Parts: sequence; structure tokens; C-alpha cells
Amino acid sequence: MSRLSERAERTPPSGIRRFFEIAEEMDDVVSLGVGEPDFSAPWPARKAAIDALERGQTSYTSNRGRRDLREAIAAHVTRYGHDYDADDEILVTTGVSEAMDLAMRALVDPGDVVAVAEPAYISYGPDASFAGGEVLRVPTRAEDEFRLTYDALERAGAERADLLVLCYPNNPTGAVMDASGFAEVAEFAREHDLFVLSDEVYAALTYEGEHDSIATQPGMRERTVVFNGFSKAYAMTGLRLGYAMGPSEVIDGMNRIHQYTMLSAPTTAQAAALEALQSCDDAVVDMREQYDRRRRFVLSRFREMGMECFEARGAFYVFPSVPGDDEQFAEDLLREAEVAVVPGRVFGDGGKGHVRVSYARSLPELREATNRIEDFLAEHR
Amino acid sequence: MDDERRRVLDLLCEDARYTAEDVARQLDLTPEDVEAHVEALENAGVVRGYTAVVDWAALDDGIVEAKVELNVELDRETGYEDISRRIAKFPEVTAFQLVSGDYDFALEVRADTMNAVSRFVSEEIAPIPEVTQTVTHYVMETYKADGIEFDDGETDDRLSYSP
Repeated sequence: MSRLSERAERTPPSGIRRFFEIAEEMDDVVSLGVGEPDFSAPWPARKAAIDALERGQTSYTSNRGRRDLREAIAAHVTRYGHDYDADDEILVTTGVSEAMDLAMRALVDPGDVVAVAEPAYISYGPDASFAGGEVLRVPTRAEDEFRLTYDALERAGAERADLLVLCYPNNPTGAVMDASGFAEVAEFAREHDLFVLSDEVYAALTYEGEHDSIATQPGMRERTVVFNGFSKAYAMTGLRLGYAMGPSEVIDGMNRIHQYTMLSAPTTAQAAALEALQSCDDAVVDMREQYDRRRRFVLSRFREMGMECFEARGAFYVFPSVPGDDEQFAEDLLREAEVAVVPGRVFGDGGKGHVRVSYARSLPELREATNRIEDFLAEHR
Repeated sequence: MDDERRRVLDLLCEDARYTAEDVARQLDLTPEDVEAHVEALENAGVVRGYTAVVDWAALDDGIVEAKVELNVELDRETGYEDISRRIAKFPEVTAFQLVSGDYDFALEVRADTMNAVSRFVSEEIAPIPEVTQTVTHYVMETYKADGIEFDDGETDDRLSYSP
């Protein structure tokens, strides 16, 4: 008999592990499979972390995170139309991953239904399951450019859900949504009394237009938790720092669990994050401009190859459709052309027939990778 | 300069070997647009040439670089322009600028050996009648040139696949 809990037993291995193992055996792989920036954190943020260590700041912070950091976050997010109280409406966490897990545990009772707009980041479903929830998949469609719609929610039967998880700008598709799109999702949420978990960790990486949040829709602030963090915008994935913002009752519930499971987010990372908010806006703009150029480059190369690919306007991914089975395509491409991409089905059924291509790579690497893909496609036509 | 042309210029400064297609793809232009911008930049004398950024220390038969500070004395007949024309002609002089501060001209000089550099300065530059003083600084180590760090000490250790 297994020593493992049923929970651990029924948690499937990550869909990318097998690919990772194949790639490890190869020596000339250009990877477009990475879900993190190729930049390092801006120097002032790194320096702040070093300084904090030098000054011996190695103790816990308050459970909710440093007060000055929460204030800086509150000021920062006003650019997206958010207005949260640093006192009791913001919780600093060990990455958005922890915050999402906390929110599920604070909001989901066994048997509750958690609707997840797919394709989606891989952790929402497992987080919901860990909390005892039942996952309801809400596929978005390529013809809607992977935006969540009222119809998609209705088709999936989401009126019976208690919670709705969405992520825009989206990993893995690069899709973004605007106020009019969120208006109909908000309407559905209000009609059917859904609480919304909105992962906005890619907010700063929005090209063409401003980031929009569902929480700013009428009547949504009180039924939404917004998640954001430093990993993507400030290239700080390894520092593990995120935050959640929402109604004080929910943030308080999350904090009650957080104080036992994490106590506080990493102190060194909090020092880096505060500096990032205070002085690294220019670095973010610079990185965004570089991503935008690479985005255009990759989209234009795919168009030239005749690959169907909608114009992703956020994050650092494009999501072209591929001939045949996406998993087979990704494996053949890796073995024959030594280019790593992630099969779309890893992100849920809505991703089938597509692959996620990350452009968090230098331009010469993107040029090489797209040339290889072009040759690969020509050989298999 | 119009915004589009400026963005083409920025990309050329990033990597002058980008093809017109590469630049076009990144900026949502046609290769013909890009070529027209580049030609206009060249014709206007904004872009003066294209060259390689070289780490000379990586060559076995090394090259010696030096920065030379130059003071000159002008008179009624001779201005900075007259002196500059003469000095700029030397192939050993790779960069040459009039600067503010303690000295007048800043030169970059390149030659095969330290000896060759000092010979060049003492035999070709110092004897120019208007030159009153030269100070030569040999380059000992280059960390960055033309915006390119030679060893930034940062490696890409990201996993090949991550969610």
C-alpha cells in the first residue's frame, strides 16, 4: 500500500516533465519552452536584496508583508484603476502560486465548483482540487482569440460554479481582454454569484493598449481577488514574490492560512520588490519594448511560414495552431529540429492543436529557432 | 527625425547585421520601408558606417589601444578645425574628438605594439607645431565597448521547459 495520501496519488505529474527529460539529453536545443523572462532582475532591485542581507535583515516580516511594501503596491496598482487599502486588503505572498493556493483554501469548501477558463496556467486546477473543489473547465476558443465570453461560460455550464479563475494577459495564449470583454464576464459572475480569482501577473506585459482588470467592473471589486507579482514584470521569478488584493474579509481568511503555512514571504525578496516598485519603471518599459519587438518578429515569421497564429497582445507567448496532434508535433520538433515548445494540451483541452511558443529569448535565438521550425515544416509538408 | 526612422536607427545600433527583413519583422514594416530609411540615414550622414565590435585582447597577436589627451595652442591663423583635419587622417587614430575640460582633444590610437603606439605619438603627433602636450593612457582591460559587455558574468540557467 502506498504511503502517499490520495491527494498526492491523484495529482498527475506535470505534462512537460517528459519533454524536459528528452531535452536534457540533447545539446543544441533552442528552447522556446520557457515561462520566465530571459532578463535578470533590474540591478537596483538586486542591489536592494544584497543591501538587505548586508544589513542583516534576515528575520521574518509581518505576516501580511512589509508595511512599506504593501503601501508601495497599493500606489503602484492605481495605474490599473485599482484602489486597495495597504492595511487589510493586500497580502504579500511567496509568488502568485502561493496566493492562488491560499485563495482556493480560503474560499473553496469540499464539493464547491471552481470554473477555470482554459487554456490556463497549470496550477489552478490542482490548487482547486487540493482545497476539495470540483474543477469545471471552461474552454475558450481560437476564433475568440482565446478571450473568455459570456457564451463560453454558458456553454460550459458555469452557472453552477462558485468560483471562476481567469488569467489575462494569458499564459499560454498571450491573449488579452479589454473592458468590454470583461463587462460580459462580470455580468455572468454577478448573475450567478461567482467569486472571481483574476491572475494578472502579466499585467505589465500588455502591448497595444493598457491592461484592464475585471475587478474594476461595476460590482466586481467585492467579489474578486486580484493576483499580481514581480516575477514577470521585473524578471524576478526566482525571488518568489507575489501579492493578492481583495476584500478585507477574503484577504484576512487567506492570511490566516498563510500565517501557518508560510508565516511571511521571503524578506530578501521583499526588499528587492520595494526597490523595484520605487525605481524600476524604466527597466520594465525597456523590457516590454524588447518583448514587443520579438513578439512582432515571431508573429511575422509564423505568418511567412503559413502557420495560423492569432495576434497575441500580452505576456511573452504566442500560440500558433500546428498540424496534427500538438503533443506529437512538439516531440517531433524537439527530436528532429531541436526546438522546444510546449504542447497546448498541457494547459487544458482548449489548448489542443496548438503549441505555446515563448519569445523570452534573444533575437538571434528566435531567428535560429524560427528558421529551424520553417525547415521542419517544409520537410513534413 | 520621424519616429519610425528613429526606431530603425535604434535597431541598427543594437545589431548592424540585422537584415532589412529582421528589422521589418520587429517593427511591423516592409523590408522596402526599412531599406528606404537606412538609405536616408546614410545619405543624411547620420549613419557614417558599420563596423565590428572587437575584443582585441582575445586575439593572439594582440593589438594595443591607447587614449591620448592632447593640448594645443591656437593662433590667429590656426583653429581646431585645421589641426583636426591633419590628425584625423592618420590610420592609427581610430577615434578623435574635441572635448571640454583639462585638455582639448581626446584620441584613441591603435597599433600592433606599445612601442608602435609611443613611436606614433612621439613622432607624428607631438611634433605638430600647435601641440603643446600629450598624455598617453594605455588600455589595460576592456569591459565594455559600443554598448556591448565583454563578460557580463550572467548565464542563462533557465530550465528548457517551465510552465
